Amino acid sequence: MITSLGPAQFHLLLVGTLWTLALSTVGFLFGGLGGLAVALCRTCGLMALERFAAAFIEIFRGTPLLLQLFIVYYGIGLLNISMSPWIAVSIAFTFHASAVLGEIWRGSIESIPRGQTEAAKALGIHYCFRMRYIILPQALKISLPPTIGFLVQLIKGTSLAAIIGFTELSRTGTLLSNITYRPLLIYAIVGLIYFIICWPLSRLGRAMERRLSPVISQ
Amino acid sequence: MAYAFDFTAVVAHWRELLKGCLLTLQLSLLAMPVTLAIAVAAMLVLQLRETISTWLIGTFVEIVRNTPFLVQIFFLYFGLPSIGVRLDPNVAAIIALGLNGAAYTIEILRAGVEAVSRGQIEAGLALGLRPTQIFRYVVLKPALRTVYPAMTSQFIFLMLTSSIASSITAAELTHVGAELEAVTFRSFEIYFTIAGLYLVMSFGLSKLFALIRRISFSYPAR
Repeated sequence: MITSLGPAQFHLLLVGTLWTLALSTVGFLFGGLGGLAVALCRTCGLMALERFAAAFIEIFRGTPLLLQLFIVYYGIGLLNISMSPWIAVSIAFTFHASAVLGEIWRGSIESIPRGQTEAAKALGIHYCFRMRYIILPQALKISLPPTIGFLVQLIKGTSLAAIIGFTELSRTGTLLSNITYRPLLIYAIVGLIYFIICWPLSRLGRAMERRLSPVISQ
Repeated sequence: MAYAFDFTAVVAHWRELLKGCLLTLQLSLLAMPVTLAIAVAAMLVLQLRETISTWLIGTFVEIVRNTPFLVQIFFLYFGLPSIGVRLDPNVAAIIALGLNGAAYTIEILRAGVEAVSRGQIEAGLALGLRPTQIFRYVVLKPALRTVYPAMTSQFIFLMLTSSIASSITAAELTHVGAELEAVTFRSFEIYFTIAGLYLVMSFGLSKLFALIRRISFSYPAR
């Protein structure tokens, strides 16, 4: 039976959109925490920790996100723990976001002039305070545009959860195109929804970058 | 119960996996020139400083960069047949990868072109170079040199993105993996190995690009 595109179908798309947003939010929040840990490990000065963080970043940046999803999804399956796909997918995106944000924030931390760290050390300011009150606030400002850029990437990336069967926006689109037989229209609508979510963020990121650039060039 | 890892299934199918790697490289190495050609053409058009074409290129870039690749490839592969354009999965994958990569490469290359100082172009004019010569030698080549690292990491990202083409049954590594999974039921081992293969390929590509940089983009310029 061919279903036409009515309010019920748009409701489904809306639900799918909410799942996409939920997945992105969870991945971004937990990935942010993980990313901070990775960035701090990567810049801490202890060789072993730095190597470990570098390897972590390299592995996640050198493999496709889709494969990372597969591995975490099937890997959790091996552990004999029953876990809803929602949790499994969230874990995968958290790892991915930790690695990428870790790399972005490492760059920001390292871009803060060395003299600041040295001055803080000379004043006897402990590592925690130095990071919390001197380095990180400045690094945060620099890192905002690429971080927002990554958030856009992450939102788009959550569409891959559709391939392992998680019903978010893209998979809702596939399901709808299968019952309405109007793939062109449905995928255009799905694309439009992603665009409406991502475009303002992209613009925000670019505006911040412009506002920031004179500061950096000083 | 602890799970017993069994990589014999993977080892037994090494030929298929190797073939998958080659197919992935084939798809991506075909898509990369497409990407670069579109981006360079867009730079040429942008040089004309014409409102409509500039707006069109900007719109293309924004649309592609703000929608997921999965939706783009579905649109091309499942959507277009309903208006009579039926594409082979591999062709659809190359087109989708090419267009997607082009949007990012245009942004990267535009930054490089804008970094070419006005004085250089004026110097070119003063020396009596033709506009095409100015574009090629004064604008494009230095721009490519400036953005080379960003552009090549974009190309490596394109290779990783090609894994998504497995969802439209384009024959590449991830798709080979899905087929092997269906035969051997060793999903974790297979995808783990494949992730390793992607890691090796992205490492290899970055070495290759570094080599190309040394050969054709090093100073003094020939």
